[in-house]
Amino acid sequence: MATVTVSLPLPSLPEGWLAEKDFKPIGKITKDGAIARTIEPIGPHFLAHARRARHKRTFSEDDRIQAQERAKNVEENDDGDISETEDPMMLQREAKDWKTQDHYKVLGLSKYRWKATEEQIKRAHRKKVLKHHPDKKAAAGRTEDDQFFKCIQKATEVLLDPVKRRQFDSVDEEADVEPPTKKQLQKGNFYKLWGSVFKSEGRFSKNHPVPTFGDDKSTKEDVENFYNFWYNFDSWRTFEYLDEDVPDDNENRDQKRHVERKNANARKKKKAEDNARLRKMLDDCSAGDERIKRFRQEANAAKNKKKLEREAAEKKAAEDAKAKKEAEEKAAKEAEEKAKLDREAGKKAKEAAKNAVKKNKRVLRGSVKDANYFVSGDASPATIDAVLGDVELIQAKIDPDEIAALAGKLNGLKVADEIKTVWTEEAQRLVGAGKVKEAELKAFKA
Amino acid sequence: MSAPKPAPGDRTVIGITFGNSNSSIACTNDDKAEVIANEDGDRQIPTILSYVDGEEYYGQQAKNFLVRNPKNTVAYFRDFLGKDFKSIDPTHNHASAHPEDANDTVAFTLKDKAGEDDAPSTLSVAEISTRYLRRLVTSASEYLGKKVTSAVITVPTNFTDKQKAALIAAAADANLEVLQLVSEPVAAVLAYDARPEAEIKDKIVVVADLGGTRSDVAVVASRGGMYTILATAHDYEFAGAALDKILVDHFAKEFMKRNAGVDPRENARSLAKLKLESESAKKALSIGANASFSVESMAEGIDFASTINRLRYETIGRTVFEGFTRLVESVIKKAGLDVLDVDEVILSGGTSHTPRIAANLKAIFPGSTTILAPSTSATAINPSELQARGAALQASLIQEYESEDIDQSTHAAVTTVPHITNAIGAVSVSESGEEVFVPIVPPETAVPARRTVIVPAPKNGGDVLVKIVEGNTHIKVTKPEPKANGDSKAAKVEDAGDSDSDFSDDEEEEEEKREKVWKIGATLAEAGIRGVKAGSKVEVSINVNADLSVTVTTREVGAKGGVRGTLSA
Ligand SMILES: Nc1ncnc2c1ncn2[C@@H]1O[C@H](COP(=O)(O)OP(=O)(O)O)[C@@H](O)[C@H]1O
Repeated sequence: MATVTVSLPLPSLPEGWLAEKDFKPIGKITKDGAIARTIEPIGPHFLAHARRARHKRTFSEDDRIQAQERAKNVEENDDGDISETEDPMMLQREAKDWKTQDHYKVLGLSKYRWKATEEQIKRAHRKKVLKHHPDKKAAAGRTEDDQFFKCIQKATEVLLDPVKRRQFDSVDEEADVEPPTKKQLQKGNFYKLWGSVFKSEGRFSKNHPVPTFGDDKSTKEDVENFYNFWYNFDSWRTFEYLDEDVPDDNENRDQKRHVERKNANARKKKKAEDNARLRKMLDDCSAGDERIKRFRQEANAAKNKKKLEREAAEKKAAEDAKAKKEAEEKAAKEAEEKAKLDREAGKKAKEAAKNAVKKNKRVLRGSVKDANYFVSGDASPATIDAVLGDVELIQAKIDPDEIAALAGKLNGLKVADEIKTVWTEEAQRLVGAGKVKEAELKAFKA
Repeated sequence: MSAPKPAPGDRTVIGITFGNSNSSIACTNDDKAEVIANEDGDRQIPTILSYVDGEEYYGQQAKNFLVRNPKNTVAYFRDFLGKDFKSIDPTHNHASAHPEDANDTVAFTLKDKAGEDDAPSTLSVAEISTRYLRRLVTSASEYLGKKVTSAVITVPTNFTDKQKAALIAAAADANLEVLQLVSEPVAAVLAYDARPEAEIKDKIVVVADLGGTRSDVAVVASRGGMYTILATAHDYEFAGAALDKILVDHFAKEFMKRNAGVDPRENARSLAKLKLESESAKKALSIGANASFSVESMAEGIDFASTINRLRYETIGRTVFEGFTRLVESVIKKAGLDVLDVDEVILSGGTSHTPRIAANLKAIFPGSTTILAPSTSATAINPSELQARGAALQASLIQEYESEDIDQSTHAAVTTVPHITNAIGAVSVSESGEEVFVPIVPPETAVPARRTVIVPAPKNGGDVLVKIVEGNTHIKVTKPEPKANGDSKAAKVEDAGDSDSDFSDDEEEEEEKREKVWKIGATLAEAGIRGVKAGSKVEVSINVNADLSVTVTTREVGAKGGVRGTLSA
């Protein structure tokens, strides 16, 4: 065999791929992966194969027989599936009545009918030919009677022509499955009974696959599909098989045309009737179909459930809104009250602070008075004025906290120098902070 | 007579097709097969014997006696060999000697001696076959200038062991050694594969052998020059005789148009003439567009001449022609395959000359399938000669073998072997980065088998992964895009001009697209090839051994060493 060259490249080795000797065995060909077949012993390549096979090993006779038996046989010789006893009445039929003959029965295919494959028809035909060929009957000393043989030929002619076969299948009543009666349905088996009706009816479908009827476990979708398919059924069924024979001599043109018109009308009428029949059948079937009822109830229940849910949701929403509004109102009121309290508290605190400042200021002023304005003996009004002026100045420049702090430092001090030092330090702090100018100070100069 | 057993060196061998309608003889010349013309100049020799005044006629001369001497003419007997009366179909013997039941075998009663008083003889089908084969051997011996001793004979694939034994015995009685019986479709494949220009490739071949009274179709897996039949069908409805019948009915009606009330089919002799001339017209229509039909004294002394053109013929024969197509489709399906799996269709048998049949088949296969028929391929071999050529080739291959050797080589112990059901291949990467299956050993390959492919390494080289996997095909169907609506359609109608072409345009657009795609299955092994040069290629060899163990060998092309590993069965 020549080596084949391929155009698409191999992949790169994945990162980190490792194997002993760079080969990683993973699977294998299982017994199921092979089937024994027979090679045809012909041609140079086979002879080479035979040479190799024979020289490698020898087979015992047993092996040989087994090998043969194991090979899958591609020839099939059994006609077991087409054997049917022949009705003696049928054997009496005349070929000229072929229109009314049951072609499947003639060939022994009654149980297959429209399901018979082309191969089955051919095999059945051959089987009947072997049995009924007039030359064979003649050879057996029987009179030459070829009527049934002609029936066989006619049946085969019809069934092997796809167009004619459809025409016959269209009117093959034997293949019809009648819709179940009320009585039959009372015994249960609804799905089985109707299922076989539609299975048989489905043979006329132009579209495939034909959905099956299903059972009580079918999903809603399947059931809907089924009825949709059937209510829109596209059928190839025709009725020309039932045509009245058109006279084929040329003289009777009018008569001929008349029959043709009659036939066309009859076909149309039968087709319309067939459509109506199918529709009625569907109506009957769906009317009794528990699945449809159940789906409707379920749908209703689902709808109701939705409604209740919606109402509940609306109610809850209203309640939520109300609660929210109340909560908001409450919060607003509380906030207001708090604000009021805060305001009051603030007022009190301010007053307290004012009081504290007043008190502290009293301490400050008291301190210089206690220190006798830092002179011994009676202080002159000018001195008092200068000291108090500075005290005023400093007080004005510092905030209540600083006042409190200063008061804290002065509180309890009795010694004039110490008091003065505190004041001077404070004065200097303010000078340093640029709040007071040195020149403004009179008593607490550095 | 006991079977003749010439020593291998003393053999003169030929190939024989012993058909139900026609037979052929062939020999090889410098390894090339050649079909031999008999003394009448015929390469298709009707399988018919006729006795007139004690004289034996065979072939075309015997066939001509179907008109004047039907009772002493025996035709269509090959299929009765090795069968009992109960299981034969006498349909085609109605216009010649009728088969009879004689002690569990089939016989014919013929007046084969000259004397007025000599009683007719009852001859078994085995005896008839012996007499006929003797005539074939004589013709071949005369042509070769040497006594033919041995032959390879083709038989249908559904010939039973009993039928085969009966044929070998009948040949022995004609002093002919049967080297081997080979099946008809495979002989046809060999005839094509043995041509010097043929390449041995793995392929699926459909052989449609369309004969006179039967059509046999086989699907053959051709793997490395070895052939395995995957499915067959045998059909007795759609064959040459059905086409003859259509023409017989046609010309009978034409005749009756001019001669009301005289149906030439109701008189045996008229019918025989009608049949012979219809067959001639049918053959003429395989080559020309017209055929003439002319019979002297067709019925009640009235001469009749008419013509038919090919179109008319193809119209009245439609159901039969379509039957052939369905038959071929059914066998492909039976083999579990699709038309997309078929690489070649070989049309074999006389009826395969018909252009309409080849054209109809061409229409159901993809463009990549080769249809080997005279009307579709310039290099096609004459379909009537394929089987005889194949038989002659096989005869020349084994003529040096001892007959025990042949028996052993063709025994089931040698021919029955496992065939893998899945393909084995490697994984490549497509431009879009997807993993793609590269088949190396196709499905239905008999083991042991060895196949090698060469695959490019990644563009830049480096370390390469060779992943060996199983693969399978499935048929991907793409539905046509839903058509754009209203206005574009309206525009098209305007463009199209006449409604006819517009219609066919639509048809084509609506066709769905079917393609065969490989699917990657189970991984069997991985191999790494290190340090491959940029732009280099990698060779991957797979050996599937007789015990289904698999040996993988792979290396950079031109490099030493490589990676090798075995998967035990
Ligand atoms: N050139 C041709 N065109 C059409 N049909 C042909 C041609 N040559 C032979 N045949 C038909 O082929 C049939 C014989 O085919 P053959 O393969 O010899 O038959 P069988 O396999 O049955 O022996 C006959 O029906 C014959 O009419």
